[in-house]
Amino acid sequence: MTTPKKDVLQSLWDFFCSLKLTMSLLISLALISIIGTIIPQGIPPQEYLAQISQAKLKFYKAAGFFDMYHSWWFILLLYLLTINLIACSIKRLPYIWKIITQPVTVLDPGLERSLTNLTTIKSPGASEVVGERVAAFLKSEFADPVVTRSDGALHLFAQKTPWCRLSVYFVHLSVIIIFIGAMIGSMFGYKGYVNITEGESISKVVSRSEKELPLGFSLRLEQFSIAKYANGAPKEFKSILTVLENGRPVPDYTNVRVIVNDPLTYKGITFYQSSYGNAGNYFFTVGDLDGKNTVSLTVAGQGSVSLPDGSSMHVTEATKDVSQFVPELSGPAAQVELHSRDGKTESFVVYANHPGLNIEHAQQHGTGPVLHYKGAEEKMYTGLQVAKDPGVEIVWLGCILMMLGIYTAFFMSHRRIWIRIQDGAVTVGGNASKNQGGFQLSFEVLVTQLKAELTKEKHT
Amino acid sequence: MTSSLLFNITTFAYLASMLIFFTFLAARAKTLGTAAIALAYGGLFAQTVAIGLRWKESYDMGMGHAPLSNLYESVVFFSWTIVLIYVLLDLTFHYRVIGAFVMPFALLGMAWAQLGMNTGIEPLVPALQSNWLLYHVITCFLGYAAFAVACGISIMYLIKAGSEESAEKSAGNALLAMFPPIKVLDDLNYRAIMVGFPLLTLGIITGAAWANYAWGTYWSWDPKETWSLIVWFVYAAFLHARITKGWVGKRAAWLSIIGFAATIFCYLGVNLFLSGLHSYGGK
Ligand code: HEM
Repeated sequence: MTTPKKDVLQSLWDFFCSLKLTMSLLISLALISIIGTIIPQGIPPQEYLAQISQAKLKFYKAAGFFDMYHSWWFILLLYLLTINLIACSIKRLPYIWKIITQPVTVLDPGLERSLTNLTTIKSPGASEVVGERVAAFLKSEFADPVVTRSDGALHLFAQKTPWCRLSVYFVHLSVIIIFIGAMIGSMFGYKGYVNITEGESISKVVSRSEKELPLGFSLRLEQFSIAKYANGAPKEFKSILTVLENGRPVPDYTNVRVIVNDPLTYKGITFYQSSYGNAGNYFFTVGDLDGKNTVSLTVAGQGSVSLPDGSSMHVTEATKDVSQFVPELSGPAAQVELHSRDGKTESFVVYANHPGLNIEHAQQHGTGPVLHYKGAEEKMYTGLQVAKDPGVEIVWLGCILMMLGIYTAFFMSHRRIWIRIQDGAVTVGGNASKNQGGFQLSFEVLVTQLKAELTKEKHT
Repeated sequence: MTSSLLFNITTFAYLASMLIFFTFLAARAKTLGTAAIALAYGGLFAQTVAIGLRWKESYDMGMGHAPLSNLYESVVFFSWTIVLIYVLLDLTFHYRVIGAFVMPFALLGMAWAQLGMNTGIEPLVPALQSNWLLYHVITCFLGYAAFAVACGISIMYLIKAGSEESAEKSAGNALLAMFPPIKVLDDLNYRAIMVGFPLLTLGIITGAAWANYAWGTYWSWDPKETWSLIVWFVYAAFLHARITKGWVGKRAAWLSIIGFAATIFCYLGVNLFLSGLHSYGGK
């Protein structure tokens, strides 16, 4: 008797146990994941937004396309995959478990018909004597057999690596373990960044969502430096960092070198070299065309200042020797960006050794002001990415389990040999859970050896 | 002897091997098959020496690094791994005719690299200065190469299965006489993917480990990462197709071809059409 309710549950269960669902989910995940590789993820850049229509933008936002790998429908697919995985395992595991723990040890006619590897060897002689020979042979050439007497026949059963039938379950378990690790990471960890100026220390970092997070210790930048290849391409960005607890350097964490690909980890928080810049001040003078009203001007490395005429400026780049860019010129130079009060922006170079050029520039643009560059203070800051992920070890555990599982699932096989000795005939059958072709060959070799063994016995 | 001369010799050996394989299909003379595969082995040997030499040359130039640092070097390495996997398959199963559908991939790679790309040795940018680069690139490319071989086999499967269905004994079928039976092709396809899938998985894991070590996140949904996961999903689907009713045979062969198309997009398309962290292609 089945009630309607039971039917619903039963069909739901069948739905989740189906491998067709697995196929659909894997293919859907593959197809849907493409979206996020075409539409930029996170905060979309301005140029991209300018390209697409308002209607499209609205739709993308509502559908979560700008953060699709965290959208409810993508996560839902992952949950469905997990349920499918667990349901399939629950359904099949008992059957596999039975094969492993309660092997069929008797070669009966039904089993005999199902085996493709099957041979009969004639061997007159007492069953018991032949049986002992065969058992010794199996033990030395294959595996220790189990001997059973039934219906006047002697049955021997031997098997190798039955446990490897469990490997796919370990692969599937590993997928779930990786999910768990990822969830722990997203619940209890964070990603952030921090800038530290040479000689200064910080004790808080800023998370991706712009929240301030206290570290529980301080970190000081001792020095930042850049090494270059002969052709000018960057070779190494290096920060020398010291961890401070209550203002005092921690012995093993003093003057630690951090470069790209070689981070610093302290108390589960890791700092990665990611960017750099100048934090020192730039020095200028500013005045009228005729040189009157000249005052000195200091621009902070990352900041901007207002000029007497109401415009504002900041430095985009500076060099100690301009001749590497323009061979006819020499000395320090700074590239500045000037925003005038009427909203115009202009970018130009100000020199230290070529006041004439600075004046000429001002003349071309009307009445001034005239800027002269006086050099910069040498002070770098380093930009560090900061990450804390307490789930990462679990993810690695899942990965290792996955690799071991895939390896044993593909390259190991549960091999079984059954032998029945009855009325002067030795019937040998065998099968393997994997690599049937390879098993067939080794089965044939085994049978040939067994034949030789049994005939040799007759002569002595 | 310089590496670039040897790479040219390799390209010609692969070209000759492929052409002789095609003739072999038509003429069905055993000696032709032997000549074709001998050229493939010879080319593989020359290429192995060339890759070693290029490695040494980079040290002589004072910036020693494994020859896996830019698009040119990776395409050359890809082509090498394809022939390597094919040779290993031939040594185990002795179906050399598969070469007719695999050598074109290897030749395409070498010809494109030698004719269309800057072959100079360049210094390694800071982001790539890590031993993880070696583990990551080698496992990924061995995986890709196994998928290339599987794709060649799947094409043969579809051709043969198609002609058996139409059952017309047309002239074209003489060519197909050289093909292994479809059951064997199906099995070889599975075996190639059985090699490729663990390697791709390991490639993704080493990539994640490297990203975690260098940037603090093992996964950031960068387009390259995402595409490698897409490839992984397709081959996971292939593995399950074999045990799912209605998916055995032709559909599985199509999955293998689609998987390889996704692999190529992951390798080249992402660099050419999308932006992200793995931008060392493009040049
Ligand atoms: C919805 C999720 C999944 C379900 C329901 C599922 C189900 C299954 C089932 C029922 C089998 C056959 C087991 C047997 O022969 O007794 C299998 C095999 C396998 N599965 Fe999955 N699976 C899923 C996802 C995955 C994923 C994501 C992977 C990725 C590594 C995977 C890897 C494998 C492998 C390697 C095999 C062995 C295939 C072979 O021996 O050819 N599965 N899966």
